[in-house]
Amino acid sequence: MAVAEREHAAVEVVDLATTSLRELNRRLHELAEAPGPRHWRVVNPSGAHAVACGLDADVEVEIDGHVGYYCAGMNKRATVRVHGNASTGVAENLMSGRVEVDGNVSQSAGATGRGGLLVVRGNASSRCGISMKGIDIVVGGSVGHMSAFMAQTGCLVVCGDAGEALGDSIYEARLYVRGSVASLGADCVEKELTDEHTAKVRGLLDAAGIDADPADFRRYGSARRLYNFHIDNAGAY
Amino acid sequence: MPATEQRPWNLRESYLFDRTVIAEIQRAAAEGIYDIRGFGAKRRLPHFDDLLFLGASISRYPLEGYREKCATDVVLGTRFAKKPLELKIPVTIAGMSFGALSAPAKEALGRGATEVGTSTTTGDGGMTSEEREHSKTLVYQLLPSRYGMNPDDLRRADAIEVVVGQGAKPGGGGMLLGHKISDRVAEMRSLPKGIDQRSASRHPDWTGPDDLEIKITELREITDWEKPIFVKVGATRTYYDVQLAVKAGADVIVVDGMQGGTAATQDVFIEHVGIPTLPATRIAADALQELGMHRQVQLIVSGGIRGGADVAKALALGADAVSIGTAALVAMGDNAPEHDEAYREIGSAAGFYDDYQAGLDPAGISTQDEQLAERFDPILGGRRVANYLRVLTLETQTLARACGKSHVHNLEPEDLVALTVEAAAMAKVPLAGTDWIPGR
Repeated sequence: MAVAEREHAAVEVVDLATTSLRELNRRLHELAEAPGPRHWRVVNPSGAHAVACGLDADVEVEIDGHVGYYCAGMNKRATVRVHGNASTGVAENLMSGRVEVDGNVSQSAGATGRGGLLVVRGNASSRCGISMKGIDIVVGGSVGHMSAFMAQTGCLVVCGDAGEALGDSIYEARLYVRGSVASLGADCVEKELTDEHTAKVRGLLDAAGIDADPADFRRYGSARRLYNFHIDNAGAY
Repeated sequence: MPATEQRPWNLRESYLFDRTVIAEIQRAAAEGIYDIRGFGAKRRLPHFDDLLFLGASISRYPLEGYREKCATDVVLGTRFAKKPLELKIPVTIAGMSFGALSAPAKEALGRGATEVGTSTTTGDGGMTSEEREHSKTLVYQLLPSRYGMNPDDLRRADAIEVVVGQGAKPGGGGMLLGHKISDRVAEMRSLPKGIDQRSASRHPDWTGPDDLEIKITELREITDWEKPIFVKVGATRTYYDVQLAVKAGADVIVVDGMQGGTAATQDVFIEHVGIPTLPATRIAADALQELGMHRQVQLIVSGGIRGGADVAKALALGADAVSIGTAALVAMGDNAPEHDEAYREIGSAAGFYDDYQAGLDPAGISTQDEQLAERFDPILGGRRVANYLRVLTLETQTLARACGKSHVHNLEPEDLVALTVEAAAMAKVPLAGTDWIPGR
C-alpha cells in the first residue's frame, strides 16, 4: 500500500485524557496545508470546549463522548461527528462541511453559520440557528425558544416541536417544522409549502439520514414587515 | 445650528426649551420616529480638558525638547499571544465598519495608520480587501452580528477584538439604514439589499463572563494562540467589566467612553447612556492595578480623543494607548469647510454634520454612494490621517518631556491636577491649587 493510501485509510486516535486540546487542534490545523491522516477518532473528550474547532481540511473526525462549547466552531470542509451530546454553540459560524451530533445540543447550535450542514439527532435547546447566514440545520427532535432569531439565510428543519418566538426578527431564512410551534416571533409567519420546499426538505432529511415525510412539515419565514422602520410597526420592535 | 442673526434684547431663549429642544420635539411630532444620527455625544461633559499637567520645576526637571528621547512605542497583547502588536505610537484607529464608511475611507485609515506604525480596526461588516491590503497591522472585530465573520479573516488579522459594546451605545446593537446597504455591503452581511440592518446587542453564542472565557479560548484555538485578543466595552460599569475581562483571559481591554462616535444610533442613546471617558479611564486603570495586571493586560481608551493633550492625560491616568474614530474622520475631511455648501444643501453645515446614517456625505467618507465615494482620495486621506497622528504624537511627547518623562508611559496621575471638583473626583487627582481629592 502506498504511503498516501495508508494515510488515507489509517485512523488517528487521540486520547484527550492524555493529550492536550491544544495539541489536538494544532495537529488538525496542520492538515490545512500538509498531508496527514484523513480519519481521526477523539476519545475521552469529557466535555472539553473548542474540540476540533477551526478545521480547514477534507478530514473526518469522530468524537466518542460528550463535548463542551463550540465543538467544530468555524469548521470548513471537515466532517465532525459527536457520538454524545454537545454544549453551547456547536458548529458556530460553520463555513462548510458537516457536523453531526448523535445526542442533544445546548443553546445556540449552528449560530451564525454561513454554510455546510449541521445535523442534531436529539433535541436542540434555545436559539438554535440564531443569526444563521446560510447554514442548513436538521434537528431530529425539538428546538427551544427563540430559535432562528434574526436568521438571515439557510434552512432550519425541525422534526419535532419548536419553542416560543420561533424566527423572531427573521430575514430570509426558511424554517420547516413538523410538530407544533409554541409561538412565532416578531415578523415570522407561516407560508405556503410548495413542491420546491418539499424537495428542499427531502434533500436535507436525506442528507441527514432522517426518515420523515416532507409533506408533514409546515413552512415559516419573514413577513418582511420590519425590513424598514415604520412607525405603524412600533409595537413589534 | 445656532442662529447668528441679531435679535431684540428683550427676547429670552429658554434654557430648558432651547431651539434644539424645540426643533427635536417638532421633528418627533412630525416624523413619529426617534432621531437617529452619527457622531458622538454633543452635550458638555467632564473631559480631559478639565485636567492640567504640572510641568517640571525645581522638584522635577524636564527633558530637553527635540534633543532628549521621549519614546512612544507600545506593545499590545503581551499576556498570552505569541505575536503581540508592536506599535510605534500609542494612538490606534478605532473600529469603523465598511458600510458605515466607504471603501476608500477605510483604505485611507489603513494607509495613514501604516505610515506612522500603528494599527487600524475593522468594524461591524467584516474585513475588506482594501483595508487588509493597506493596513500593516489590522485588528479584526468579532461583533454580535458576526457579519462577514470567517476563520480566514481571523487568521489574516493581526489581533482580534471581541466587541461587547461601544461608548456611543453600551447595551445597544448596531444599525445601518437601508440606503447604505449597497450590493457589496449586502453580500458581505448576507442580507437583502436596501433593508434597515439591525445588529444584535448580545453575542449569539455567549452570555456573561464565564462564557466569554470559553469564547476567547475558542478564538485562541482557531488561531493557534498567535493573535492578541482584545475585549472592547462601552464605559458603564467599568470597574467590573475590566476585572471580568481580565478573568476571561483578555490580552487587551478597550474602554470606550460615552463620547465615542457612531455611524448611526438613537440620539437619546448617544447622549444618555454610559459614563464619560475621563472617569472610565481612571476606573479601568485602578481595576487593573488592583489585580496586579496593569501593563500586563494593556488598556486602550477611546471616546473624545482630539489632540495630544487628551492622549497624554489618558496615558497619565493609566492607559497604554488610545483610539481615535471621529477625529480620524475629521482629519480625512469630514465636516471640512470646503464642503459647506454641499452640507447646507442637505440641511446641515460644515462643523455640524452628523448624519452619517444618511449616506449622503459630501466628503465621500460616510457613504456607500459610488459617486460621492469617488470624491474622496484615499491617498490624500491617508496622508492627512498620518499627519494628524504625527501631530498627536508630537504633542504627547511635548507634554511628557515637560513632565520629565523619557517615555510617554511614564506619565502618571501625580503629574495632573483638576480644574473642577467633578474632574478631581472622577480622575482622582487634586483640585488645582489644593491637595483635595473629593472622596478621599
